[in-house]
Amino acid sequence: MAITRRHFMRTTGAAAALSLASPMIARAAADTIKVGGLHDLSGALDLVGIPMNQVFQMAIKEINEAGGLLGKEVEGVVYDPQSNMSLYSQYATQMALKDRVAVVMGGITSASRETIRPIFHKFKTPYFYNTQYEGGVCDRNEITIGTTPAQTVARIIPYAMNLYGKKVYTVAADYNYGHITSAWIKRFVEEQGGEVIATEFFPLDVAQFGSTISKIQAAKPDFVCSAMVGSSHLGFYRQWAAAGMKEQIPMISTVLGAGGNDQIVLTAAEGNGILSSFGYFEAVDNPANKAFLERVKAEYPTNTPIMSEISECTYEGMMIWADAVREAGSTDRDAVLEVIAQGKTYDLPAGKVKIDPKTHHAIRDVYIAELRDQTFAIRESYPESQPADTQMVCDLIADPNANKHYEISL
Amino acid sequence: MERSLTRDPGFWIMVVIGLVLMIMGPILIDMFTIMQITQYVVLSVFALSLAYIWGFGGILSFGQAAFFGLGAYAFAVSSISMGDTTLPLVLSFVIPAAFGVALGYFMFYGKLSDVYLGVVTMVVTLIFWKLANHTAGPEYSIAGVRLGGFNGIPSIPTINIPGQPDAWLDPAQLFRFFMGVLIVVYIALRILIASDFGRISIGIRENETRAALLGYDIRRHKVIVFAIGSGIAGLSGAMWATYQSFIDPNAFSMEMSAKALIWVMAGGVGTLLGPILGVIGLQWLTLQMGMVDFLNSLVVLGAIMMVLVLALPKGLVPTFKSLGIAGWTLWRRGRGVSSGVKKVTSDD
Amino acid sequence: MDYAIIVALEMIRAVAWLVLLAAGLAIIFGMMRVINFAHGEFLMLGGYTVVVSTGAGVNEWVAILLLAPLVVGIFGVVVERLVIRQLYGRMLDSLLATWGLSMLMIGGVTLIFGNTVQGVATPFGGVRIGSYQMPVYNFVLIFFAIAILLAVWAILKFTRAGLIARATMQNPNMAETLGIRTGWVYMATFGIGSAVTGLAGGLLAPVTGVVPAMGASLVGQSFITVITGGAAVITGTLSSATILGSISQATTFWAGPVYGDAALLVVALILLRILPQGITGRIFKRAL
Repeated sequence: MAITRRHFMRTTGAAAALSLASPMIARAAADTIKVGGLHDLSGALDLVGIPMNQVFQMAIKEINEAGGLLGKEVEGVVYDPQSNMSLYSQYATQMALKDRVAVVMGGITSASRETIRPIFHKFKTPYFYNTQYEGGVCDRNEITIGTTPAQTVARIIPYAMNLYGKKVYTVAADYNYGHITSAWIKRFVEEQGGEVIATEFFPLDVAQFGSTISKIQAAKPDFVCSAMVGSSHLGFYRQWAAAGMKEQIPMISTVLGAGGNDQIVLTAAEGNGILSSFGYFEAVDNPANKAFLERVKAEYPTNTPIMSEISECTYEGMMIWADAVREAGSTDRDAVLEVIAQGKTYDLPAGKVKIDPKTHHAIRDVYIAELRDQTFAIRESYPESQPADTQMVCDLIADPNANKHYEISL
Repeated sequence: MERSLTRDPGFWIMVVIGLVLMIMGPILIDMFTIMQITQYVVLSVFALSLAYIWGFGGILSFGQAAFFGLGAYAFAVSSISMGDTTLPLVLSFVIPAAFGVALGYFMFYGKLSDVYLGVVTMVVTLIFWKLANHTAGPEYSIAGVRLGGFNGIPSIPTINIPGQPDAWLDPAQLFRFFMGVLIVVYIALRILIASDFGRISIGIRENETRAALLGYDIRRHKVIVFAIGSGIAGLSGAMWATYQSFIDPNAFSMEMSAKALIWVMAGGVGTLLGPILGVIGLQWLTLQMGMVDFLNSLVVLGAIMMVLVLALPKGLVPTFKSLGIAGWTLWRRGRGVSSGVKKVTSDD
Repeated sequence: MDYAIIVALEMIRAVAWLVLLAAGLAIIFGMMRVINFAHGEFLMLGGYTVVVSTGAGVNEWVAILLLAPLVVGIFGVVVERLVIRQLYGRMLDSLLATWGLSMLMIGGVTLIFGNTVQGVATPFGGVRIGSYQMPVYNFVLIFFAIAILLAVWAILKFTRAGLIARATMQNPNMAETLGIRTGWVYMATFGIGSAVTGLAGGLLAPVTGVVPAMGASLVGQSFITVITGGAAVITGTLSSATILGSISQATTFWAGPVYGDAALLVVALILLRILPQGITGRIFKRAL
């Protein structure tokens, strides 16, 4: 990457031995508050992980510039799990046991989250999961900031059906997220009196979509809903446009633009008109967002990362946690969680965000945007969307010891 | 290696080191590092499975991960549904071994060899990988356990004392147990290699035609060797599954097979110690790479691999062995000349 | 009726896709018995050349047809001189060294270009066939697959250089004795194989997402096609691509891409079982 890399103080096993021998290092460590960042910086998910990490560092810097936390400097501990599940597990244990971080931001896919969430629960390290996902986590120790299908899919389906019609064709990635999202799509379509003509699943490494495109043409839906994930699946949008289908059948997506890169990888011709729904777009118009985007540009002037829900939520996670620490007066997990559970409303770049005490998920503003000339333009916004899906299965007030990821069956 | 096993000092050194580590490890080393080392132990067993079939049987498999994954999933499914881990451990050896027999029969009785064999093993692993990834929906479950597709199977129980499902091993005990397994596998393999069966396998590795002409049934031998390797790989998969408490289709990935190849190659084909060292070295390196911010981990790993192949083509252990022997010979020769003792002839 | 035509055309495209993926690898493996595990990354490099140069304003076709093969071909020659040359005849070592190379390339491209670059759109748009539409680009892919195969065949069969190459392939020692500089032949072969791979990668860039790790999903298919095909470069690749491509695409139409992929793998397994030296190990044995 052309951006300047930063160095961080690393704590490894060897360093731990060193710190016993060298009192100076040990003393320095006690004077800072450590926050852990566990995002993929290499491997298949680096496209998403790197911007998240950049925002993570920026947030740390912002907190320190405002005077730190509780009189101490905040120090980031960053490990790169290299899109590898066993590394996730190892680094999570290391952060909790060896580095003793006060909080962790991280995990991208649901697989990685479910690997590290039980580890942090066991070792009582507060954990913020900032990625949009399929809903259902019931764990007091995890604050889930990202949007769930009940917030996004529930909005975009009626909107699209109003615009285009009632017959839908779904194409989705063949793994848990894709399956669950397509189940939600079906439910919301049917709730609105529509019909999902067919749902097709594609393994993540499939790059040829000719047969599906022909099948869609035969089925003649009113619009196509895509839950395709990853770089191979971008080929679908490309081949769709190449077949001349863009003018024929409109397309919406629950995933496109999630990581902030898709919109520039697709050309304008390929992307124009695709609708997407997330908790954040760069186009959101409020003072917090203006300041946020300015800071991102100042911090990373070359190759400025495009902000998406995932990266902006990482910022939200840091800020909400920092605020809770200040109010609680300590980094102790239970004190911090108690403050967060009070349900304060925060003014963040995405709009107003509140943490629901019942589920520790975010109640937030949700937007529908249209891709135009490689940027998203907001068409509709829905304030205070509840994470209704997780609320169906989880009540942390009644059961504070819950520690499970429910697969919400529809 | 014509020396009898019991007279080989290398063998005894390895066993003693292993036993010392197993007993003293948790006492002398901190818990976190023990947990790290446990990972190396598990992967060493995996590496040994390939080291055996390749180094001592002449079978180069590009798909050892197929059996690793099979063992892992077999263990995961059976231990979650049974509640106890003893039988699942056995199953994790037996099921992959059975599959190894089937696949071996398919391959060796079809006279597949070298690179074509490699590709078949690779294809089989790819099939497993694709199948495992496809099992995301609720309809994919065995014995009541969801296979979970891409996300895999979480919450796999830790090994427990046989018969007492609630008495599961803590990290120190788990480490000791796995070290025990590693030592047993190592000893078993060494005995096997030194036996008649092992000698024949090595003969087949050296020159298949000659071995066939001498009257041995090559195909049967290879199937047995392959099946043993598959069983060991499966066992290591189960150990992996319980160590991580979860398993996902990455157990079947090309990357897993690749790592096995790299460990054996880097350590030295034809040795058992080498691959173990390969595991430790490369796993440690990967972990360190993730903690350092300024180097792209792939660049470093790739560079190391290339350097290894170009500079140490025989692998670490054989290279150091030859260096060691060369040094020893030079030293002896020097001594021999000055003290009038019969000259030592150069080694081969 | 139109649907049948679409299916048939898609099957031919699938065959062409496999030919493009495998051709460069077949040249290198067939001639030199060297396994280039960085093949996926060579494809990626071709794709990146196109995407980066069109981003800088170069005409798309110049990028695909000229720049991509040139850049990757030169890169291939460099790799051959530095790495492969030490590993002639050592099939396994070449596999491992090129594996390391592939990791190096992925990491290197990520460092230089970052994780995303703007893609390039598929040229030409769609064509109507009855009540269906299909990208015109499919025909482009089919055309170039045929063109590459024909070109390689013509060179091998009709030119002096081809004769020298074939001689070196069949009996390197004899060729050396006759005064042929086999070192040069190998270098040129690797370079041409890389150039063909670069062209293929460039052709694929408008069809799929170009990211540093894209090679991983493509290398498996390439390998299976080449090995199943056997030692003959043209006939081997063509026959295995035809069988694997058409069966897997037909299965995809019938049951979805998961089964299509599985079908390709199962058919490859069966083929290798029946013909353990690849198709051209037994059939078309003396062919090119």
